[in-house]
Amino acid sequence: MMPPEDPQDQWPDDTVPPAARGRLLDEQAGPMVRPYVMTSGRIEPTRGEFDLITLVVAVGPEPEGAIGLGPEHLAIIRLCQSVMSVAEITGHLDLPVATVRVMLGDLLDKGFVSMQEPEPEADMHDIRLYKAVIDGLRAL
Amino acid sequence: MVSGPSSAGGGRHGVRARRLPTAVKIVIAGGFGVGKTTMVATVSETRPLRTEEVLTDRGVGVDDISGVERKDTTTVAMDFGRITMKEDYVLYLFGTPGQERFWFMWDEVSLGALGAVVLADTRRLSDCFPSVDYFERRNTPFIVAVNCFEGAKRYDLAEIQMALNLGPKVPVMLCDARDLDSCKQVLIDLVLHAMKSRGLTEEPEPQNA
Repeated sequence: MMPPEDPQDQWPDDTVPPAARGRLLDEQAGPMVRPYVMTSGRIEPTRGEFDLITLVVAVGPEPEGAIGLGPEHLAIIRLCQSVMSVAEITGHLDLPVATVRVMLGDLLDKGFVSMQEPEPEADMHDIRLYKAVIDGLRAL
Repeated sequence: MVSGPSSAGGGRHGVRARRLPTAVKIVIAGGFGVGKTTMVATVSETRPLRTEEVLTDRGVGVDDISGVERKDTTTVAMDFGRITMKEDYVLYLFGTPGQERFWFMWDEVSLGALGAVVLADTRRLSDCFPSVDYFERRNTPFIVAVNCFEGAKRYDLAEIQMALNLGPKVPVMLCDARDLDSCKQVLIDLVLHAMKSRGLTEEPEPQNA
């Protein structure tokens, strides 16, 4: 892992969700719960292909005491109250991509989240996409 | 449903069937320390996040990841930022891992990308060769942006183009990764270049080509 090349502090630190702040961490040892424990040793999601920019949104509010969901599953549902990419979920929860993928597969399977596949290569020929991106960049 | 503060879901309150925006990505590549993360941070609307992937082999059991004797089982980190666009598009900018040995990560991040910016530093021009080769091989539209570090000698763009052995169609430009307007221009030029290389016509209004 490498340090950021240019750490900046231009954003207020309100983006860190409570789930990420309150995790059991030990600076030397890293997380006390290993990622594969959260996924019960699974390395592939049961459902769905989750690219880094696949967008995910929770279907409903965080359920209370849902069976079969771990704290990380619930943290994902909480985060996905607004539309989030897989990459953002991994960044906010500080979990590896593979782990988040497995948990998203569980949530998709149980109907807690819905997802949007990233645009397939063919849609790179949709001129509206380019115009929207250029307009969005100009407006920055 | 509850709608978060994110503008990605903005304007859709009360709409029952929620349509998700379309995610688009642009890759920021180049050698270590060339300013990739700086560029991501300059244009991102949120604090850049970091996503981590553990280098694994499908044939290897999960427990093997904890093996310390193999240096290959390592964690690769990528910094990325987000720009929410109108009309339901969200643009993600991914800075590639500094070491080009993490090709698997490059493949994942380049798949379906709109295009790539290869950042170059004239003091270490050869550092961007692997990125240039990579995107040429994959036919990913890319432009080369020379990050103007203070104290670095200024070269003519044609000299850089020749030094990098770039085709005449690959745009080369100067930039300052810390400056928002400069980064915006780089990204806009990349999008225009990507349109052209995919055979789409430019907007009729005047452009900085």
